[in-house]
Amino acid sequence: RTCRCAPPSGAALAMNCRAEVLEVSVEGRQVEEAMLAVLHTVLLHRSTGKFHYKKEGTYSIGTVGTQDVDCDFIDFAYVRVSSEELDRALRKAVGEFKDALRGSGSDGMGQISLEFYQKKKSRWPFSDECIPWELWTIKVNVVNLANEQERQICREKVGEKLCEKIINIVEVMNRHEYLPKMPTQSEVDNVFDTSLKDVQPYLYKISYQITDSLGTSVTTTMRRLIKDTLAL
Amino acid sequence: AMDTDLSSQDRKDLDKFIKFFALKTVQVIVQARLGEKISTRSSSSPTGSDWFNLAIKDIPEVTHEAKKALAGQLPAVGRSMCVEISLKTSEGDSMELEIWCLEMNEKCDKEIKVSYTVYNRLSLLLKSLLAITRVTPAYRLSRKQGHEYVILYRIYFGEVQLSGLGEGFQTVRVGTVGTPVGTITLSCAYRINLAFMSTRQFERTPPIMGIIIDHFVDRPYPSSSPMHPCNYRGGEDTSAVYPSVEDSQEVCTTSFSTSPPSQCVFTVTKAHFQTPPPVVTDTLKVPVMGLAFSHQLSSSRLSYQPAALGVGSADMGYPVLFAGGLNAAHPHQLIGPGKEGGVPLIPSQPAHGTQADQERMCTPLDGVHYSAATPSSSEDTETVSNSSEGKCGSPHDLLETIFIRKVGAFVNKPINQVTMANLDIPFAMFAPKNVELEDNDPMVNPPGSPETESPLQGSLHSEGSSGSSTGNTHDDFVMIDFKPAFSKDDILPMDLGTFYREFQNPPQLSSLSIDIGAQSMAEDLDSLPEKLAVHEKNVKEFDAFVETLQ
Repeated sequence: RTCRCAPPSGAALAMNCRAEVLEVSVEGRQVEEAMLAVLHTVLLHRSTGKFHYKKEGTYSIGTVGTQDVDCDFIDFAYVRVSSEELDRALRKAVGEFKDALRGSGSDGMGQISLEFYQKKKSRWPFSDECIPWELWTIKVNVVNLANEQERQICREKVGEKLCEKIINIVEVMNRHEYLPKMPTQSEVDNVFDTSLKDVQPYLYKISYQITDSLGTSVTTTMRRLIKDTLAL
Repeated sequence: AMDTDLSSQDRKDLDKFIKFFALKTVQVIVQARLGEKISTRSSSSPTGSDWFNLAIKDIPEVTHEAKKALAGQLPAVGRSMCVEISLKTSEGDSMELEIWCLEMNEKCDKEIKVSYTVYNRLSLLLKSLLAITRVTPAYRLSRKQGHEYVILYRIYFGEVQLSGLGEGFQTVRVGTVGTPVGTITLSCAYRINLAFMSTRQFERTPPIMGIIIDHFVDRPYPSSSPMHPCNYRGGEDTSAVYPSVEDSQEVCTTSFSTSPPSQCVFTVTKAHFQTPPPVVTDTLKVPVMGLAFSHQLSSSRLSYQPAALGVGSADMGYPVLFAGGLNAAHPHQLIGPGKEGGVPLIPSQPAHGTQADQERMCTPLDGVHYSAATPSSSEDTETVSNSSEGKCGSPHDLLETIFIRKVGAFVNKPINQVTMANLDIPFAMFAPKNVELEDNDPMVNPPGSPETESPLQGSLHSEGSSGSSTGNTHDDFVMIDFKPAFSKDDILPMDLGTFYREFQNPPQLSSLSIDIGAQSMAEDLDSLPEKLAVHEKNVKEFDAFVETLQ
């Protein structure tokens, strides 16, 4: 059964979903690293260890490892969860976003969204609902630079900007606002993505939009990329 | 009276959580300033020993220092746990970079569930700390430490002291967690006027000293706790006696210490090493440390200083870093440089050391050939001839190379002794060249005269003297020009960095400048009538030519 999910914009806000917007201006070759840095930082905070349910409704939680990642095109480093599966998933999404940004019809502007949602089971014949509870949107503006000197400055500037973004993200995380209740064993797949073998992020999906030169979003580029865990 | 709302079990749990949170906080901060990338594995099956469900290694010495600072207490109102990160240059100048504060305020959250919500929020806060420790300016500085400066940490408990951060320091809040007994807050205050300390190589100009001068640490708080290097690592002696959490992952146990002597200092090292404990030299009090530093900076090597010298003296604390690559008393403690400026120590028994360590040791030497050293250092090399074998050839060569560099830094040393080294060696390259320059160079600290048995022993013997060079030179430690590896200055008398800066902005081509362009255009216009006349004369030829093309 597929999940009928509301598009990340208006409906999410109407549903009392926390929405955060970050903006970055980067050079083309910095897009991937900048997006990964932000997405990984968010997911670091939104992933737990694997749950192991025991008798009587108790559970134990696995351990989340972390690792440092150095950026090649930005003077910047960030921490991500040690999970190759998760990293691959994010890289795939970011790669597609980057390609779309480069493609025709794009003025180098677009946005990528990371949405955390909960599933609410509905009775047949209705399909399950996806209820977003947190939405992160990163607006990207790709700039073109003329020479090596500008690129060097851009490396540093974007690095500094990303530091600010990380601080912003941590501020939001620290508000301790709504988080889904810890689920029982039968409900865990409605809250968490249990498909990964080493960590357990909250259910999430990544989508993106490319803005054409008129500032309107190009319709068909709206994509649902990963983590449709209802795929049976 | 308020606390009676909390069940005793909850209270016990809460205290335990806060205690381990404090210890893990220190680990995260110090590890983030080691100068290396940190990596731990996720594990789906809970091991039960990973606090807050996060794989954060426990460096035993760090835990030990933290526990020492806490002395059985927990952060409370007015009693904060602070981790001070500072930078220390080759001259011995130091500067505080950051103060990380774990504080408790009075705002209580009675409703919150200790065993569940508080625990999870503490876990989240540690994740935030992991993220934030990479975005303050000190992170990038710490990744490049080892050559011209090192990063130190100090833990203290009590009132937060921010005065050492200079004016205009900034604060970033990592997060807060409310508990029934108060709200835990974690924040960082960091110095921002690091302008002269760009992450590019240091300029060897006097202004550095001028700027740091008011930060020269004459510690206003004499009872302050010891400073420790973040990246001074000890042997992989897994039989470390620390009762704290055993680190099950593969990592070098660190052993650092500095500062004012205390019995604990020696206990620590004694427990840690089979060989005689290293000398502890307070970097702030003993001028000779400057020289140890100088050498360390020129060679980017570390080693232990033998314990036999000066142990127990009131001026001895833990060494921040040890210079030199050899150690007469500890032939097995061969130190090698690490990647990215980190300077891990090679374990005492190479057979027990990890592959990674030995590789690290060899990294900067890859592709470089070291030839036999000067005979003047033969005594020293003999004592270390049974040193550990690195992958990069015999340590004998490695150590000899160090001598070469040191020798080169000395003005008094005859050049022919110096140049026995293979000139292809990057570091040896500048050694002979700087012979004349060094004595006028204010950056060179002629150390006290060292003995020849071991440069380190020698340097310690001379702790009283703060500057005279007596010509017993080949084991002195001197700061020499930092030259990037493989840069040769025989073609252009400048180093790579200067070269890059100068040629980054080349002047514009003259043909592109407006004046000359205008000039040539004027000339073109003037010659136009003549050209037209010629063309008109030959119009028939041109027409015929055009016909052939059609």
